[in-house]
Amino acid sequence: MIALTALTELTLSRHNPLVDPHLHIWEWQIPVYLFFGGLVAGLMIIAGVRLIALRPQQREALVCCTIGPLMGLAFLSLGMFTLFLDLSHRLYVWRLYTTFQITSPMSWGSWILLLVYPALSANALAHLPEAVPSLARRFPILVTVSDAILARVQWVVGIGVANVMVGIALGIYTGILLGTLGARPLWNSAILGPLFLFSGLSTATALLHGILVVTTPDEERPAFADFLLSALAQLTQARPLDKNIAPVLARADNSFLTIELTLIGLFLLGQMTSTGIHQQAASLLLTGPFAAVFWVFVIGLGILLPLVLQSLELNNRIRHTIAPVILVLFGGIALRFILVYAGQQSHWFQPLN
Amino acid sequence: MSRFAMVIDTRRCVGCHDCVVACKTENGVPEGYCRDWITEEVHGAFPTVQLEIRSERCNHCDNPPCVSCCPTGASHVHERGGVVLVTHDKCIGCKACLAACPYDARFIHPDGYADKCTFCIHRVEKGLDPACVSVCPTHCMHFGDIDDPQSEVSLLLHSRPHHVLIPDAGTKPCIFYLT
Amino acid sequence: MSCEERVGSSDLHHSAGPTGSLKYRKKRVATVMNLSRRRFLQISAGTVAGLSAVDLTRRVVSAAGKDAQSGLKRIPTFCNVCFWQCGAIASVRDGKLWKIEGHPRDPLSRGRLCPRGSGGIDAHTDPDRLRTPLIRVSERGEEKWKAVTWDEALSFIAEKMQKIKAEYGPESVAAFIHGLGGKFFKHTLRAYGTDNIAAPSFAQCRGPRDVGFTLTYGDDAGSLERTDIENAQCLVLIGTHLGENMHNSQVQEFANAVGKGASIIVADPRFSVAASKARFYLPIKPGTDIALLLAWMNVIVGEKLYDKEYIDKYGFGFEQFVAEIQSYTPEWAYPETGIEPETIRATAREMARYRPATLIHPGRHASWYGDDAQRSRAIALLNALMGSWGRKGGLYVPASMELPDYPHPPYPPAGKATADNPNDRYPFADEVISTGIRDATISGKPYPVKGWLVYSTNLMYSLPNREETIRAIQQLDLLVVVDVLPSEIAGWADVVLPESNYLERYDDLHIEAFREPFITLRQPVVEPPDDQKPNWWIAKKLAEKLGLGAYYPWNDIEQYLDARLKGGGYSLEDLKREGVIVGKRPPIYFEDGAPAVFNTPSKKIEFYSTQLKQAGFDPVPRYTRPEPGPAGFYRLLFGRAPMHSFSRTQTNHLLMDLMSENAVWVNATEAARLGLKNGDYVRLRNQDGAVSDRIRVKATERIRPECVYMVHGFGHTSRELRFAFRKGASDSQLITRYKTDPLMGGTGVNVNFVTIETEA
Ligand SMILES: Nc1nc2c(c(=O)[nH]1)N[C@H]1C(S)=C(S)[C@@H](COP(=O)(O)OP(=O)(O)OC[C@H]3O[C@@H](n4cnc5c(=O)[nH]c(N)nc54)[C@H](O)[C@@H]3O)O[C@H]1N2
Ligand SMILES: Nc1nc2c(c(=O)[nH]1)N[C@H]1C(S)=C(S)[C@@H](COP(=O)(O)OP(=O)(O)OC[C@H]3O[C@@H](n4cnc5c(=O)[nH]c(N)nc54)[C@H](O)[C@@H]3O)O[C@H]1N2
Ligand code: SF4
Ligand code: SF4
Ligand code: SF4
Ligand code: SF4
Ligand code: SF4
Ligand SMILES: [Mo]
Repeated sequence: MIALTALTELTLSRHNPLVDPHLHIWEWQIPVYLFFGGLVAGLMIIAGVRLIALRPQQREALVCCTIGPLMGLAFLSLGMFTLFLDLSHRLYVWRLYTTFQITSPMSWGSWILLLVYPALSANALAHLPEAVPSLARRFPILVTVSDAILARVQWVVGIGVANVMVGIALGIYTGILLGTLGARPLWNSAILGPLFLFSGLSTATALLHGILVVTTPDEERPAFADFLLSALAQLTQARPLDKNIAPVLARADNSFLTIELTLIGLFLLGQMTSTGIHQQAASLLLTGPFAAVFWVFVIGLGILLPLVLQSLELNNRIRHTIAPVILVLFGGIALRFILVYAGQQSHWFQPLN
Repeated sequence: MSRFAMVIDTRRCVGCHDCVVACKTENGVPEGYCRDWITEEVHGAFPTVQLEIRSERCNHCDNPPCVSCCPTGASHVHERGGVVLVTHDKCIGCKACLAACPYDARFIHPDGYADKCTFCIHRVEKGLDPACVSVCPTHCMHFGDIDDPQSEVSLLLHSRPHHVLIPDAGTKPCIFYLT
Repeated sequence: MSCEERVGSSDLHHSAGPTGSLKYRKKRVATVMNLSRRRFLQISAGTVAGLSAVDLTRRVVSAAGKDAQSGLKRIPTFCNVCFWQCGAIASVRDGKLWKIEGHPRDPLSRGRLCPRGSGGIDAHTDPDRLRTPLIRVSERGEEKWKAVTWDEALSFIAEKMQKIKAEYGPESVAAFIHGLGGKFFKHTLRAYGTDNIAAPSFAQCRGPRDVGFTLTYGDDAGSLERTDIENAQCLVLIGTHLGENMHNSQVQEFANAVGKGASIIVADPRFSVAASKARFYLPIKPGTDIALLLAWMNVIVGEKLYDKEYIDKYGFGFEQFVAEIQSYTPEWAYPETGIEPETIRATAREMARYRPATLIHPGRHASWYGDDAQRSRAIALLNALMGSWGRKGGLYVPASMELPDYPHPPYPPAGKATADNPNDRYPFADEVISTGIRDATISGKPYPVKGWLVYSTNLMYSLPNREETIRAIQQLDLLVVVDVLPSEIAGWADVVLPESNYLERYDDLHIEAFREPFITLRQPVVEPPDDQKPNWWIAKKLAEKLGLGAYYPWNDIEQYLDARLKGGGYSLEDLKREGVIVGKRPPIYFEDGAPAVFNTPSKKIEFYSTQLKQAGFDPVPRYTRPEPGPAGFYRLLFGRAPMHSFSRTQTNHLLMDLMSENAVWVNATEAARLGLKNGDYVRLRNQDGAVSDRIRVKATERIRPECVYMVHGFGHTSRELRFAFRKGASDSQLITRYKTDPLMGGTGVNVNFVTIETEA
């Protein structure tokens, strides 16, 4: 090895498609898949918590327990479809399910994805009849199933816990997937797991909040409600209306966004205090080619602005609108896009030439 | 046990790319792709310049992240010599292994599966050297079993200073560069 | 390189008059079919035959063979992607050409080809190839053609040639013929009555070197250089960029020398690959090598580091030389060359430390600055001081096989002297000067030249100043181009003849002087894909059309080859299986008994050249400072990339995959000053306003700031070279000026300067 003087040129004659001049194997499909994965994870956790929080006899958990899981099922399918689109040897996709590779997050993930369906379905079924009465009238079996579930506390708790657990696993997995790829210094961080989990939670909360907002007439949109108080209220009030949960969701979203922001901070701090390679990787976001998108779309529009807007909403300064919702959702997508793209550019061995 | 490795003498290598051509013809590597390539590393400023030329390819790592990340087991370690291989009809083309390799040694074959250097196992099992090794006009490449202390590669590693690529990545590469 | 590239100079050595004068340049070559250039050791056919009979049968399996299971055939032949002509074995799998590898018993390849050789198979399937004979249907230069039969094409050519002969004489047909495949065309043309047969390998390549060495030793450095690189303990490379210049045997030996820890000294304005292996890298100012060489000799003479015994024995005019060299101190050379006096001293001593195993490589492409024969002479002299000529690790004494030629009628008696060098303007030219033929064609002096036959040379790339080439072409009544590709020169032709490529044909035997004498055979490995024909067939048919059928008293080439081989006690059948016959190695060093014969006027190594003196040149080389370029311009230098050969490999998909365009090397600091980044596209504009195609910048620490560098052969302008069209830029496009070597007519082309224009 020659290292007496500084490296001034590095030329590789390799020119493999998708690999050179820097890795670009993953395009929109993967960030979109990761986004949906996180969103579904968030929806599951919220649905699970909500299911447990609601007493069996409480039958109005429309948004969180029914629409959320139903959308979750759809998003999961969409996500898996985009993942499928990304595969380059698609006919062999079934190979995922003839094996379990213990060291491979992707193998874990593909099995976790399979668990999401029954868990979300069960959650959705629990309250489906009163959520969509017309459907229940057509298919009385739905009522039977729902009644069967709601009749047994263990089942409700079981389904709720399963949703929370699988949701956490799914959310963390979407981050671990990248985090274990040590070859890409930007991704090489354990924080990506929780970061993607909380980002997933924030997008899910925002989505549910958004649904409430658009389905509620302007004048009925709730005014201020304190997060803790209203959470307590959810647990104690006899028949809370789901639309009342909007402020709760907004408040929750703000919490998740704050945690997300903290995690991003920690993530970057970790990178910046690590080896030169990691510093170089982090600078891709902080000052490098991705800095504008990162600061404007991820941090500014995706986190800070919705935080402010939702605080104003919560402080009754403004009415609840879908503006912060859209911002959070876009922020979530942007975060994944930027991490997927910048991560692929980060390298142990950055060609200077 | 055997542990196949390559020992490449950077002092002799002239970066002629014969190893690259040989790999292409031997293995039918499609146009526009390569399993091996040449890296030129320049240190210093004119005229006090140093240049290291290396013929690079998959390092057939002892601790291969491309294998551990593979969800289907398509990427695996061959029973002979620790060679890292891909079973084409198990590969789904998820590209995790491409992302996992710090050397960017892999690519997606136009037919969809992940591909890379095989250490020419089809030749090695017949007792031949890998194609790239066998053509190199400067005889700078050596192939053999580093578990055998008497092999040419072991002897070279004992007698000459050498390095591997990106040791910090912890992959334990099995291609050694003599300096 | 085949001896054919040498335009018969082999025979010329024998004919050097009793005075040993360098003026052995012949106007007519008597025995072109004689392939031997062996002088010191005649290998009789018998000696080798003894070995062959038994050995050949034993080795059959190893070279040629068929693997029944896989339908794999292994056919020995030799490569033609450059002139080195390495022995090879092609593998054909299920009827398809699969790969080609070195022939293990071939002394040139030693079982390994260079990248161009390994990638050469792609030439067979190249979709851009010429497929059928073409006759122009429009103005010259407009590429409109009609496809014709071989018979039509050859009748057309023969008719025009007869007309030129009747009107102007046969000498008015000239030819540019490069490489072994040109053998039979030369034969047909000599039978027709012209000696105006040139190749760019003389005036544009190694001519100055060969003249410089011959003036000194009475013999040249050889094509298959007689350099004993692998035994050299100190190897000095003056620009010779081994490793990029990929002449196989030399690169293999170079690596061995590096492996053995030889002390390597490289002088080059560019930090070449070879420089990276060197103990001493001398970043010399372009064009100042003579100053460096003189200073080295000054130190060696001053410190009496030379091989006194050797010089006493073989040297002539040493005292006069010593006197001349006195003033060239390292301090004097420093401002010229930019090399510190201490470095000059240290490297001179380093050379002396290892002598006689110190080889100052003669180089090959020597036509740089117009003072090239003298620079080569200085290199020859430095070798002489080291006592390395004829010594192990220096320049050995080569040997070659001798085979009788296939008998044919004598060529017609000598007519007019060749047109390239009227009144021996370049007195030491010992081959036909290509650019001289071009001058004569333009001026019609000393007599009109009205027909050109161009075989396997892309004159638009190999000759300097394309404008002049085009002007010459416009004087012609007939331009025939025999090529495998629709090259730029083919675009100007009246008739284009498509040749089958080297994997599809027989050529004459390859017999060249080397460490051990050898014969290799080129034989067809696969069928030509279309209506392409081999050179021997074309040349023979053309001769028949010209009424010269008697010069081809054989029906097909197998008969011809077998007869020649039989004359040496071998057979074609054996050689088809074996691919190569290697004779016993004779002593190749003086110390082992190789004859020390110097074919100079003094019969010694001429430190002081009376020939030069008499002809009005410096008897001991002198240095003249190279003319600087205009302010703000960079001197344009060029060279080789290991995976390409000149302008002939840019449609080869395998090789283009390794390097698909060239780049212009610009010193990194200079590039930063110009605001250029790596990979930016720029155009180069030369001092005469010629503008290149767009080319990428390689901003690098590996070159001096006052020059730029590019790989030769890119920037094709022939649209039919679809795969190569306008990829990279051409140095030839920018070489509008050249400085002619007054000794021998070589064209020094490193005298062009460019500015760099950013490409919008
Ligand atoms: N500007 C510039 N000029 C140079 C040089 C340089 O580096 N820069 N180098 C100089 C040197 S050292 C040399 S030796 C000469 C080389 O000069 P050339 O010998 O002219 O080399 P190429 O440019 O490769 O042209 C060879 C032509 O032969 C064709 N050809 C290849 N194989 C065959 C075959 O089997 N049969 C037939 N019929 N044709 C074939 C190719 O298609 C191509 O058109 O150029 C000299 N001129
Ligand atoms: N791959 C490959 N190999 C080839 C060929 C090919 O086409 N492709 N062609 C073959 C043929 S025919 C020939 S003739 C040879 C040519 O190969 P060589 O004889 O080795 O090369 P040159 O063209 O003389 O020189 C090019 C080198 O000289 C340096 N140089 C330029 N100007 C000066 C100067 O003023 N002083 C010094 N000291 N150095 C200078 C350049 O930077 C460059 O490194 O290559 C042969 N080998
Ligand atoms: S073939 Fe050998 S010398 Fe040429 S680049 Fe490859 S390793 Fe280096
Ligand atoms: S070099 Fe890359 S592909 Fe090869 S074994 Fe190591 S990690 Fe895997
Ligand atoms: S691309 Fe193929 S080999 Fe690579 S990780 Fe995915 S399934 Fe395994
Ligand atoms: S070992 Fe075989 S597959 Fe690997 S780079 Fe060499 S030739 Fe290619
Ligand atoms: S040096 Fe390379 S291109 Fe030239 S003949 Fe030999 S193998 Fe072929
Ligand atoms: Mo040449």
